Amino acid sequence: MAPRNRTGADVIRFENVSKIYPKQERPALEGVDLEIVKGEFVFLVGLSGSGKSTFLRLILKEETPTTGSIVVAGKDLNSLSAHKIPELRRQVGTVFQDFRLLPNKTVAENVAFTLHVLGYSQKEINREVPDALELVGLEEKADRRPGELAGGEQQRVAIARAYVSRPAILIADEPTGNLDPANSVGIMKLLDRINREGTTVLMATHDSTIVDQMRKRVIELEGGHVIRDQVRGVYGYSG
Amino acid sequence: MRAKFVMSEVRIGLRRNVTMTFAVMITVAISLTVLGIGLLANSQVRVMKDYWYDKIQVSIFLCDPLSSSASCAGGAVTQAQINQIQSDIQALPVVQNVYFENQAQAYQHFQDQFKGSAIAQNVTADQLPQSFRIKLKDPTKFAVIQSAFAGRPGVDSVQDEHTILDKFFKLLGVLRDGALLIGIASVLTAALLISNTLRLAAFSRRRETGVMRLVGASSFSIQLPFLLEGIVSTLIGWGVSTGLLAGFKYLIDTKVSPLLSFTRFFTWGDVWSASALLLVTGFVVSSLSSVLTLRRHLKV
Repeated sequence: MAPRNRTGADVIRFENVSKIYPKQERPALEGVDLEIVKGEFVFLVGLSGSGKSTFLRLILKEETPTTGSIVVAGKDLNSLSAHKIPELRRQVGTVFQDFRLLPNKTVAENVAFTLHVLGYSQKEINREVPDALELVGLEEKADRRPGELAGGEQQRVAIARAYVSRPAILIADEPTGNLDPANSVGIMKLLDRINREGTTVLMATHDSTIVDQMRKRVIELEGGHVIRDQVRGVYGYSG
Repeated sequence: MRAKFVMSEVRIGLRRNVTMTFAVMITVAISLTVLGIGLLANSQVRVMKDYWYDKIQVSIFLCDPLSSSASCAGGAVTQAQINQIQSDIQALPVVQNVYFENQAQAYQHFQDQFKGSAIAQNVTADQLPQSFRIKLKDPTKFAVIQSAFAGRPGVDSVQDEHTILDKFFKLLGVLRDGALLIGIASVLTAALLISNTLRLAAFSRRRETGVMRLVGASSFSIQLPFLLEGIVSTLIGWGVSTGLLAGFKYLIDTKVSPLLSFTRFFTWGDVWSASALLLVTGFVVSSLSSVLTLRRHLKV
């Protein structure tokens, strides 16, 4: 198990968290107790239905825990009122397996969308968007539409969009799930770089190769329980 | 979010949903027009009441030798009775003015009224009764005159033109209420259509709203473009309805009014105040239905 009370502020803390969805007997998460500190890179692994998605949804307060408390970026989510939820989400960037880009907007507009929503001025947007696109290596394709890009490139756009506002935490839900191995490696390098710049990265994945190569902290869920929390872990004993 | 960005999202939304946007505009235009016609009918009834009630009189017909009512048993009215009745009428506070119509004047009126008909040629002045023509300060206070003079010696009958007009206005009132009811019903239809359209718009843009949610947009800024779309289409619909009502007024002024010279019609002022009321109605109905719909279908 990972040692507790390491140095650095915890950005995500779960205290005895359980989640039981209505009309389901088996809890999706049960007695989860863990913390993730600032600057960590954490893999969340487990089979489908092990509770990974619930875990991520709880962090974004898309769900509320049945029992237990969750603190994210200094906010106690149980006492966070509904109109403060957007504030929480501004501090958590999100990347998904299906990219979730806006097909009618160009790459640059997709990235700028975050900043528009957050009320940045056009001047700030003009400065930040090229930076973010450069980080993900897509400055040449700023005016293309997502449909014209390859899967790996689309995921890079999604990462640029999640990162352009410099969130404290980046959550990636199977970001390489739709990508071939070469593109997956590219995405992982990008996430690693973002992590090195100080952003806490939490990535749910099925990709054992990546987990084994990166040698980061691994939290494994099974049936809603944390069955493993390893500092420099691999995907799993069973592969 | 900056206003410019919000407006560009609104434009995109209106363009993307162009058929539904049109449906909303047309429905709003039609329903507000129907409601507006109801409002103008209301103004029209008021104008006609003012016009006609201003003209109507209570008439007290006096006994002549031919009268058969019980109060005329004493024969034709005497000059003393006439004087007494006149001073009694003038003493009543509800009376605005009164004039006496003798047989010669009655004959003249009769000739004017039935000009060219056979009856006008056969009647003579001494067949027509003398009468007092009374104008009341408040035309509804007819009962005061009725109770004071009906059955009094020398008085044949008391007649109120008001009762005839009342039937007419009752009919107009039913028509007006019907128009208002249909107007309100069609405004409700428009509200449902707006709600449905926004539901579809919210569904068709769930990607955008999902992304907005993810990057931390407040629910207000997510809903604002939809709200504005509903309001913008309503405003356009309102503009069309005001145009239609103005056209209606123009038609009445140029085509109908010259044919029906016996009455007056609602004024341009009535059109504008109806339009203002429609604007408020449209605005309230569309924002209310939008907010309620969005609250259900665009949860953050």
